[in-house]
Amino acid sequence: MDLTTDFFSLFQLPRAFRIDLVELDARYRDLQAQVHPDRFAHAGEAERRLSMQWATRANEGYQTLKKPLERARYLLHLAGHDLQAESNTAMAPEFLMEQMEWREAVLEARGGGDHHELERLHHRLRQDLRGRYEELAILLDDRQDMEAATEQVRRLMFLEKLLLEIDDALASLEDKAMDN
Amino acid sequence: MALFQIAEPGESAAPHQHKLAVGIDLGTTNTLIATVRSGMAVVLNDEQGRPLLPSIVRYLPDGQTEVGYAAQPWQAKDPKNTVVSVKRFMGRGLKDIAHVESLPYDFVDEPGMVRVRTCAGVKSPVEISAEILKVAKARAEAHLGGELVGAVITVPAYFDDAQRQATKDAAKLAGINVLRLLNEPTAAAIAYGLDNAAEGIYAVYDLGGGTFDISILKLSKGVFEVLATGGDSALGGDDFDQRIFCWVLEQAQLPPLSHEDARLIMTRAREAKEFLTSHAEAPITVKLSSGATIDLTLDVATFAEITRNLVAKTLQAVRKALRDAGLRPDEVKGVVMVGGSTRVPQVQRAVAEFFRQEPLNNLDPDKVVALGAATQANLLVGNKTGGDDWLLLDVIPLSLGLETMGGLVEKVIPRNSTIPAARAQDFTTFKDGQTAMAIHVVQGERELVSDCRSLARFELRGIPPMVAGAARIRVTFQVDADGLLSVSAREQTTGVEAGVTVKPSYGLSDDEIAAMLKDSMSHAKDDAQRRALKEAQVEAQRMIEATQAALKEDAHLLNAEETARIEASIAKLQTLMLGDNRRQITLAMDDLGYETQEFAHRRMDQSVRRALAGRKVDDLNTEEGNQP
Repeated sequence: MDLTTDFFSLFQLPRAFRIDLVELDARYRDLQAQVHPDRFAHAGEAERRLSMQWATRANEGYQTLKKPLERARYLLHLAGHDLQAESNTAMAPEFLMEQMEWREAVLEARGGGDHHELERLHHRLRQDLRGRYEELAILLDDRQDMEAATEQVRRLMFLEKLLLEIDDALASLEDKAMDN
Repeated sequence: MALFQIAEPGESAAPHQHKLAVGIDLGTTNTLIATVRSGMAVVLNDEQGRPLLPSIVRYLPDGQTEVGYAAQPWQAKDPKNTVVSVKRFMGRGLKDIAHVESLPYDFVDEPGMVRVRTCAGVKSPVEISAEILKVAKARAEAHLGGELVGAVITVPAYFDDAQRQATKDAAKLAGINVLRLLNEPTAAAIAYGLDNAAEGIYAVYDLGGGTFDISILKLSKGVFEVLATGGDSALGGDDFDQRIFCWVLEQAQLPPLSHEDARLIMTRAREAKEFLTSHAEAPITVKLSSGATIDLTLDVATFAEITRNLVAKTLQAVRKALRDAGLRPDEVKGVVMVGGSTRVPQVQRAVAEFFRQEPLNNLDPDKVVALGAATQANLLVGNKTGGDDWLLLDVIPLSLGLETMGGLVEKVIPRNSTIPAARAQDFTTFKDGQTAMAIHVVQGERELVSDCRSLARFELRGIPPMVAGAARIRVTFQVDADGLLSVSAREQTTGVEAGVTVKPSYGLSDDEIAAMLKDSMSHAKDDAQRRALKEAQVEAQRMIEATQAALKEDAHLLNAEETARIEASIAKLQTLMLGDNRRQITLAMDDLGYETQEFAHRRMDQSVRRALAGRKVDDLNTEEGNQP
């Protein structure tokens, strides 16, 4: 167990996409309770520095495993499948078409101040995401099909970004409404 | 037979020795000092029994200073040399300061942080704040009857890196060992949470004299976890005063005012604001230096109207923080009100309406931050023993990033990341044969560099000439538990390295601090060298105590030879620190540090294993319990 131990081992979880998030929370807190800099504020300098490194590692690991997309990317990374998200942008044309339609719908609803439509898009996208994460779990945990999982993760990266854009659009409408 | 004593980290197996530690709430308007006495956090009063130390510093021509109540009456009579609300200038340039034109000071616009020209010379906000902290320290030591081991100093959660670093520098200048910079709303949450055994989602709405913070926390089983924070580090009670001030000018149709008259009206504005917390209207009467008299009445409705957009601004930050935390207002179990400005009735009303519940006002909004800080300081110096323990997980308020091509910001650590946090990002050269790379560190949420705060610029040199895109430059950001950033850069293929503590670009370098220390000494009776020696001795003592405590807990991690070497280093340091050779003391400290490095590693490994093993024992017990 050292600072290069992988995050699943760090929190003593099986190396899998389906993990027990309650367990992750508990183990993260147990670990921070031991290594957090507040435990070492009165210790020597070497221990203070080590404590900061461990606590940093615990935070990074927790953030990585908590979010499903990050967790999947990390699993692929451990399996030697890095995403090359920027250099490899070849995507199925129909997926890209679908993306453009989504984006147009969001822009239009935002421009027209259509709160209800944005909520509807948000809901639909969330459902779509849920299905895709279920597929991803099967690809990663049951079939160990890393190629197909990589493809799915790359699509999910697009969709998660789109979800954030809808969130932003909703937030800006809300702020406008409250300030008037 | 003697039983083995099992000690947890943070719990000293040594005979209980109470270490002197305080929490200091270095406020815009007032400063408070608190400590834990027989298990209770208490505010330390001055000799006249007053809890507050007004954050006011007056400089006299001979370089002496008056601080607090002594300086207060001079803000109208000697406004140029009497600095109030200095917190607003910490880590700020002249262009960042609101209402500069109505402030009576003779500002000096220096790169990075603004300075104030007084009759005792040009002073930086760090030096002015240090004067307040020196008085706070003296008050603490008079009460506690000994030298302070350290202090937790609170800062607004929304303070950026520049403002935090400036605060830490001020403490250093005042001779205070900073145990931790603690976010004000988090300090309040500790005081409130421990007092009320609170569990669930809480919001802390902290409207102080010059700053506004909103923090959303999850409290559960001894863990205080900040989910999101937001605010405005230039919005507070002062702005409410300013609105009344402008209203007075408008109503009375006054010609341009002298600094003295302006300061006087500002003081009356503040009094009117305070009066309106419990009255329907407030009289404002000012006798100007010209002999003319202003006689006005401000009612609650008008006051609410002229400050409406200030309150709206706070709610906008509240909405953003809730969104960042992924929560709705009705998921918040309680709203803790902190800061004197939450006494303003329209603030109370707006917060109640927003959260659809009455805010929690059962703690003194002026004292709760200092009390929470004192409680945390007590924990950090190791005065707590077993059981009575908690964990604090705080976040950074603003994203940290780097300038990339075209003046755009690439975010490296997003806002609301739990600290300590680190992240590395790889960059490459964009020209053939490029041997240097400029690195510009910024903080803020906007996409353009020009809209963010510039924290530091440095250059990585000595990159061997390669074709464009071949070099791999890894820039690593590390944010420590105080929320302070350090950045290092390294070319991966050759190992060329550059590192900065993010500091020189906006404020004071270590040399400047050293110069200020020396400067402040020339006015004091003892000289700088004696103080430096004293500091080395205190530091050596601290190091010896920490090592001895570690040895007592974990001697089993060392073999006889290793133990003997560490003990020999301690003995050597103990002898040398009685003498007056500072250099020798420092060298002996370095030696001890070297000898204990491996020990520190083993202790940390043991802690990590303990965290994991504790779990296993639990699992084991459950499994056994489930056996038929």
